[in-house]
Parts: sequence; C-alpha cells; structure tokens
Amino acid sequence: MPRIIVVTSGKGGVGKTTTSAAIAMGLAKKGHKTAVIDFDVGLRNLDLIMGCERRVVYDFVNVINGEATLNQALIRDKNCNLLYILPASQTRDKDALSQEGVGRVLDELKKDFKYIVCDSPAGIEKGAHLAMYFADDAFVVTNPEVSSVRDSDRMLGILASKSRRAEQNDEPIKEYLLLTRYSPERVKLGEMLSVDDVQDILSLHLLGVIPESKSVLNASNSGTPVILDEKSDAGQAYADIIARYLGENRPHRFIEDKKGFFRKFFGSR
Amino acid sequence: MSIDPQKTPNMSLALEFKSSTFSVPVLVLSSDDLVVIEQQLQEKINLAPEFFRNSPLVLDLQEINKHNFNIDIVALADIIRRCGLFPIGIRGGNVQQNEKALEQRIPVYAGHSDGVLAENKKQKAIAPVPGPKTDSDIDIEVITTTLITQPIRSGQRIYTAGDLVILSQVSAGAEIMAEGNIHVYNTLRGRALAGVRGNTEARIFCFDLQAELISIAGNYKVSEDLNESVRNKPVQIYLQDQALIIKDIVQHH
Repeated sequence: MPRIIVVTSGKGGVGKTTTSAAIAMGLAKKGHKTAVIDFDVGLRNLDLIMGCERRVVYDFVNVINGEATLNQALIRDKNCNLLYILPASQTRDKDALSQEGVGRVLDELKKDFKYIVCDSPAGIEKGAHLAMYFADDAFVVTNPEVSSVRDSDRMLGILASKSRRAEQNDEPIKEYLLLTRYSPERVKLGEMLSVDDVQDILSLHLLGVIPESKSVLNASNSGTPVILDEKSDAGQAYADIIARYLGENRPHRFIEDKKGFFRKFFGSR
Repeated sequence: MSIDPQKTPNMSLALEFKSSTFSVPVLVLSSDDLVVIEQQLQEKINLAPEFFRNSPLVLDLQEINKHNFNIDIVALADIIRRCGLFPIGIRGGNVQQNEKALEQRIPVYAGHSDGVLAENKKQKAIAPVPGPKTDSDIDIEVITTTLITQPIRSGQRIYTAGDLVILSQVSAGAEIMAEGNIHVYNTLRGRALAGVRGNTEARIFCFDLQAELISIAGNYKVSEDLNESVRNKPVQIYLQDQALIIKDIVQHH
C-alpha cells in the first residue's frame, strides 16, 4: 500500500523543506518510487532545495486546475530516477488548492508511487491543513525550543482531530518526532531543551535527531538534499531516520556531545 | 415547570434536583431491518422475561449510522413498546433521528465519546437534552463519564456533561471542561475546569500538577498563584468555603 507522509511543524523555519527533500531522497535511494509535493503555494522552496528550479514548467496548481497532466508537471530528480518532484506555484496563493483537487492528485499519484511526501507550509491554515488532511504518517519537525515544541503540540492536535483518518474514524495518523537543529553542547549549557525535555512534553515516538550542522546550509545552497552528503552528520542522521522508518532498529546518535558519545560506546556499558 | 421566583423564598421546599446515576440497558442496533429486530429482541426477552418486563431502554444508533442505514424511529419505538420495554432515550442518532425521537417524547443523549472530542465539536456540550418524561414516568437520569486515552494537545478543547477521565497528558494550551469531576492520570499542563455549571462539589484529580489554570465552579487559580509545594505532585483540588484547596492526593496523618 502506498503511504502518504506529511512533513509538518506548525512553526516556520524549523527544517520542514530540508527534511522533506532528505527523506524523499532517502526513500527513493532505498529503491522506493517516491514523489515529493510542495504545498507551500506562493512561497515555493522545495524546487530550490532539490536543485530543479530551472526545470519547472507546470506546477501543483496547474494539475489541480486541469491545465496540465500530472506527468507533465512531475520533475524527475537528476540524482535518482525513482524520485519525482511536484513543485508549488509561486504566482498563486493557498486558496488555489482545494481539498477535492488535492485528493484527486494524491489518488492519481498513489497508483504509481510507493511513498508520497507532502511538504507542508508553516502555520495551521489552509495550506498546512490540506498537506496533512490525507496523510497516513506524519513527521513532526521540531526544534529544541519552547515555542517550536508548543506549535508542534498544536499541530499534533490538528492531526488527531481534523485529518481524513480522524473524520472517518479510521486508524489515526502515525506520528513521528524529528528533532532538528539539535546541539548537545547548547543543551549542556541550558540554552536548549534536551531530547528528554521535548519527549516529556510531546510524548511522541522519536524517529531521529538531526544535529545543527553546516552541511544543511551547504546542501540547501547547492540544491542537493543533505542526505546525499554521506560524510556529514546531518546526512547520516537522515539516513538513520529512513532506516528506522522502514523498520530497521538503529541506536540514536547525535544526542550527546562528542565526549559523551564516545564514552557511551567505549565505556562500561 | 415555571417557577415564580417571587414566591419561592417563603414556601417550604417542595422539590429539589439531585443527580444520580442509574444503570440502564442500552440496545445497540446493527441492522435496519425492523422485522429482524423485533424477532431477535423478542427472542432475547424470552430468555429472561422477568428481567426485561417494563425495563427502561436506551437505543444506540451509532452502529447503524456508521453504515448509513436508515431507520424509522417511530416504528422502532413501537416495536420496543410492543415488547414490553420503555424507550427512555436514544444516542448516536443523526439530526433527523434525534428530531423524530423528541417528537416521540424520547430524550436524546449524546453519543459516547470516540476518544478525543475534536476541536470541531468544541463547545457543543454533550449535555443530555432535558427531554420530557416518558409516559412510563420512570425517573431516570444518565450521567456519562467520558474516558479519553489519547493526549489532549495544545489548542484542543474537551467538554463533557459528566465526569472526565483522561489517561494521557493534557498539554499546555489545551482546555478540559467537565460539569462533573476531572481525573487526569498523567501530567496536567493545560487548563482544567471542573463543575463548570456550578457544581461546587466537583473535584479535580491529577498525577502531576503543572496546570496553567484550575477552576471549580468558577473559582479559579492561575499557574502563578500555585504554591510551589503542590507543583509537579499528585494532587486533588476541591472547593471549601469558596476557596480552592489543593492537597496531596495521599493523605498524611
């Protein structure tokens, strides 16, 4: 069965698009045909992060309005031929999306793709609502600071009550926590919430921790999803997340600072 | 039922409202075939005729509405009365069914909560509609307890007519309200309001008090007013002489 994954957070700037690009690429690299959709109509970014901004002809809104077919709008990724991008329209706003139209496009994608990743815009308004409405799984992207955690909590409430699964009384959306921009040093200094603090507030299954890393910025600037940078800490963290999502059991990394990390592996345990 | 407020103070008290809980059989229907329903109901009654004689009965339509079956409430009520039972309420009905039931002088009860009462249902208090009495004159009042097992997230609101029992955490920015008591067997970070319709006997129980606001029958305290000695502790909160008392759940002697 194809799965629809929404990458969401409530708050802006926490790493939703970076995460969408990385996990879509990760799933495709594992051999699953994957599509990633930019729901941020009017503020499209995903095409930049994926490095396909120069090949955009038609977009999501064109497909919804019947001005282009899905195949005309989907852009094949240059690094991985199992990955396709459906860009957002930059000249329209969120009202151009309709629930019926989004449902139709997702149904069509489900015939051909194993995973469909929906990159949600920030906020809890129409764009974010439509991005999560049809989801089977939700990756909730959170930064280790109180306002981001609060907004994620709010988004979790919306996932639990306003999605199609909730409305139809189906099995609820599976929710996963992704803690991004994590810095163990700053946690130690008390400048950031720890993994445990966030877990305590959200009580959510932790899929992975992405460390604060220069490699994320470099990846964005060069238009290659950070997961392709296999040497980088953030790239490895995303690879772990994909493995865990697909059922592999991998220990969490990047939670403690370097010293603690080595002690854990070579110490008494 | 009209009461003249001018007269009441001088008269001796002729009545008072009390709240009690009764155990009432609920008939959960899963078919819209009235013939089959009557047949199977009669079979059940024949198994224990004394038990069912003149018994009150609440009809649960949730199952059949899930399958979009249409059922004639009037005919259904007739069947039930023919079998010697008294329909005293329906729940889980849709708008038309509820209207039909009220026309039949059958009160409408709110359906049982299916987990979290979502935001879109907020403020739609699930108070039982105070319908007229049935001709059987049986005095029955069903107070529901709502059990919630999922976390109540920031921005969600829960309102229940009876007691509210929550097994998961209540996040900061969430609001839980009950006309009765509130039990939170987990961390309470949001706002909790018990006895919202004036029940001063209502209490709040929680495993870990970190609430933004607690209130009983309109007497409230905000987080800032909470004493450090009760924070992060299992406590009960009740009203005494219009003052909120927050006490360790475990009584120390």
